[in-house]
Amino acid sequence: MCAGARWFAIAGLLVATAGARGGERSDAELAYFVRHDCGSCHGMRLTGGLGPALTPEALADKPVGWVRTVILHGVPGTAMPGWRGVMTEDEAGRMAVQLKEQIHENR
Amino acid sequence: MRIVEAMVAVAMTAGLSAALACEQIAPRGTGDLGVVVERAAGRLQLVDTSARTALAAIDGLGDLSHASVVFSRDGRFGYVFGRDGGLSKVDLLCRTVAKRVVQAGNSIGGAISQDGKLVAVANYTPGGVKVFDADTLELRADIAAWYGEGRRAKVVGLEDVAGSRFVFSLFEAGEIWMVDLASGVPVVTRFPGVGREPYDALVTPDGRYYLAGLFGEDGLALLDLWHPERGVRRVLPGYGRGEDRLPVYKMPHLEGWALAGRFAYLPAIGRHEVLVVDIDTWQEAARIPVAGQPVFVMARPDGRQVWVNFAPPDNALVQVVDTETRTLVSTLEPGRVVLHLEFTARGEAVWISARDDDRVIVYDTATLLPLATLQADKPSGIFFASRAFRIGL
Repeated sequence: MCAGARWFAIAGLLVATAGARGGERSDAELAYFVRHDCGSCHGMRLTGGLGPALTPEALADKPVGWVRTVILHGVPGTAMPGWRGVMTEDEAGRMAVQLKEQIHENR
Repeated sequence: MRIVEAMVAVAMTAGLSAALACEQIAPRGTGDLGVVVERAAGRLQLVDTSARTALAAIDGLGDLSHASVVFSRDGRFGYVFGRDGGLSKVDLLCRTVAKRVVQAGNSIGGAISQDGKLVAVANYTPGGVKVFDADTLELRADIAAWYGEGRRAKVVGLEDVAGSRFVFSLFEAGEIWMVDLASGVPVVTRFPGVGREPYDALVTPDGRYYLAGLFGEDGLALLDLWHPERGVRRVLPGYGRGEDRLPVYKMPHLEGWALAGRFAYLPAIGRHEVLVVDIDTWQEAARIPVAGQPVFVMARPDGRQVWVNFAPPDNALVQVVDTETRTLVSTLEPGRVVLHLEFTARGEAVWISARDDDRVIVYDTATLLPLATLQADKPSGIFFASRAFRIGL
């Protein structure tokens, strides 16, 4: 019964989430995600925390493709997880561009 | 009294929060007050846990992502540890920022000494601990977390323990340090090699044990503060041996020591489980399957229930475990992105922040039904002044 209740709760969430964003996160939703969820470890202003700073200056010598790969696959041996379970490759690519260009500001 | 509260309501409506002069606020105690961190706004909401209302907003506190608060022993002041290295002393009675210093580049939390005279802050950048006079916020000690060849570790899990002592962990170094400030000069005892990447820690309610969770490997590191000479021992080594760990989208927290009888409830890293540890033997007693990866595992003060919130993507849920049967009794949906839970001192209610719904929901812990909802801007941590009277929070 517990397992059943849990499944329904999770299924409800998935439906609600998919309905809210039509399957793919908008740029604004990605920017919010960066600030608030990446911010858990990297700081809400992305100036660093347990994880390193992700400001455009900090990422200056990192190509967009590298950033995208790290978002999707994480950094083995560190606390950085791969996020491919919760976002698409396209979303990770757009997020990498946002980080490089600081589009997350003021969201 | 009514007039004052009406004035506060008017002031808040007009966006002029905290505009009252201190003399205009009716005398009251702080025992049932608390603060809700509005992290994006850099602001605290002062809340009354009896009336279940917000009394005032206190702003100008800098970057409050991951902010936490400890309280002076008279319950009047809250010390707010901001991400940007800000240490702010907030007056809960006058609803003002009494003092503020920016003491580092990047911080993670702090603690107040047993006698209430010293406030310590854990810093990531530069890695170490700074200790301040609780009254004046003047620097009293600066302890750099050196390790290896000239490197400084990020400090996590800073806790106050008996005496003028603080204990903390060094993330990259895998060490636990205890600093004694009784003489006025910091005396550091190092415990190296405690395990890979301690990420947070807690102290048992009696102040005896310091327990650091390890991120870099399965297990915890335990220091018996009655017998520090015996060193640090490993608890639950390899609890997930042979199992693949899930990606950890949010670090768990150990601050809320969930103790029910002789059993402690702890978040498992990278697993949809709460670990149950028998603290008489420090052996694993059980594992409870839950909806996601636990972040906070918090016991109701009487120990009968444990409330759990989760990392993404399960962070809209809160589950309640009955500790007598170790079974789930309820799955609640307080709102989107639950970040924190705080019980009132006697446990009749729990306040839960739901970041993406911009609200705090207060639940009755007996009926599990909502009692009140407060609007808050991206609420994260909730801290009640009753923490003043407990060690290691």
